[in-house]
Amino acid sequence: MRSDAPLSLKLTAGAGLLFLHLPILLIFLYAFTSEERSFAFPPPGLTTKWFAVAWNRADIWPPLILSLQVAFLATILALILGTLISAAMSGAKFWGRDQLSLLIILPIALPGVITGIALRAAIPMLHLDFSALTIVLGHATFCIVIVYNNAVARFRRLSGGILEASADLGANAFQTFRHILMPNLGTALLAGGMLAFALSFDEVIVTTFTAGVGAASKTLPIWMLDELIRPRQRPVTNVVAMVVFATTFLPILGAYYLTRDGAETAGAGK
Amino acid sequence: MTPASFPARGLADRLTTLFWRHPRILLVLLLTPPLLWLGVVYLGSLAALLLQSFYALDSFSGLIVPEFTLKTYAQLFTQSNLSIILRTLLMASAVTAASTIIAFPIAYYAARYAKGRLKAAFYLGVMLPLWSSYLVKVYAFKLILAKEGIVTWVATSTHTDWLLTAALSLPYVGGNSLATSYLGTFTVFCYVWLPYMILPMQAALERVPTTMLEAAADLGATARQTFWTVTMPLALPGIIAGSIFTFSLTLGDYIIPQIIGNSASYIGMAVYQLQGTAGNIPLAAAFAVVPILIMLVYLTLARKAGAFDAL
Repeated sequence: MRSDAPLSLKLTAGAGLLFLHLPILLIFLYAFTSEERSFAFPPPGLTTKWFAVAWNRADIWPPLILSLQVAFLATILALILGTLISAAMSGAKFWGRDQLSLLIILPIALPGVITGIALRAAIPMLHLDFSALTIVLGHATFCIVIVYNNAVARFRRLSGGILEASADLGANAFQTFRHILMPNLGTALLAGGMLAFALSFDEVIVTTFTAGVGAASKTLPIWMLDELIRPRQRPVTNVVAMVVFATTFLPILGAYYLTRDGAETAGAGK
Repeated sequence: MTPASFPARGLADRLTTLFWRHPRILLVLLLTPPLLWLGVVYLGSLAALLLQSFYALDSFSGLIVPEFTLKTYAQLFTQSNLSIILRTLLMASAVTAASTIIAFPIAYYAARYAKGRLKAAFYLGVMLPLWSSYLVKVYAFKLILAKEGIVTWVATSTHTDWLLTAALSLPYVGGNSLATSYLGTFTVFCYVWLPYMILPMQAALERVPTTMLEAAADLGATARQTFWTVTMPLALPGIIAGSIFTFSLTLGDYIIPQIIGNSASYIGMAVYQLQGTAGNIPLAAAFAVVPILIMLVYLTLARKAGAFDAL
């Protein structure tokens, strides 16, 4: 076997990676441009005033806070439901197991617009109003699989022996859960939760279908979408984009470092 | 003689005994909340969607008439709607093909040559764009493809603007600027879904045993022959697995063509606009059934090709 890659392969692989990363860097650059009406390149001048402008814009804070709240609630729900399914799936074989695993991945295997329009069609039939809570409802549904993927991989690696040993030493099911299962699952659940949080925080497609009208259900991605369609101060949008990027980037990086030593590294599938 | 087990000390112990004797009870307790959620919220909504697609909008009152009818599906198969479906399918196929080509060198290098820290860097280099904000990525391309943006600047300063002009004057796919043409929409789709293709492809390439490549070389195969007759067939399930994502995600997306493109409609956009301004949930639902059916066929074919083992 050759141990060194041919030059053409190195170049195309490197170019591919650059293609994946350069666009994000441009977002950062344009947050400092002094030109607010167009995307002229190179920027005619550089300034840091947009950070102050963004900070003082009253229309940015409520969506930011709402997005954090929605992502937090959706993550909690997904953590509970995802852990329960992964515990059940890693245990006994039972009838309908394969169908259930298909059902879990369906919300992310089908395009988001399907989940969105399905909830849009169903919620009024139950005489419910669209609100921030219905956003959480949608987000939790597709976040379950993220937690499930991380937890089920850890369950698989966890030997059943230590659970039996715990029982043999006189621990009841709840003590085993508290002292054996939780410490072992901990990092996997944290990683799954962080990915779910990142996914929910910047989700826009399902959100547009499940949000109510008005400011009370305007998440930060919806705010951004409005700015993309009808731009006002473009560099302010860039500042917000940087915030959104950082809020999703850090949990993703954290999830990677929490699980990279195991056989199952978080984030291999979305 | 003392008994072999400890006496039950409280409710927790008694429950433990119950779970031990009847593991099914524990299983039912574990499964009930998530099954209720997925069954009611998700499957219930999908059922509601399917149901609504068999209703129709009353053309005078603008209200949904909850009676079974095939009128809405008849509307779906009109010329303009069929061309939306066809356009979406063509775009999804083109994006999938292009993603495969761009992804391959990255996946191949990461799977075959990258070791240690470089491998970790490659993994992060693909995983971070996969998970990082979708809207931010789309916005980045609005900056890049704008007429006054960096692509035009690079083309002008390297004196390759004739190439850009030639690409934009292509019939059908060209346009006034990259941001308002099929070429632009296509580029953004490729960019946003590329990581979804790389990861399963890389995983499949990693599973190709090196002993087989050595055996092929021992038997006198050239590098090219080994690649096409050993590596590719073994990696194909992974490529198909990746294509499920690029294809499905393009089929349903409505944000990208709305922000970058020539305002031609796609299935996702039709669904969004019909339920929003027009309030025509039945027709939006019927439109949404199209990608579901296409993906069911796609998934069945992919499963036959062994792509599910590669996921």
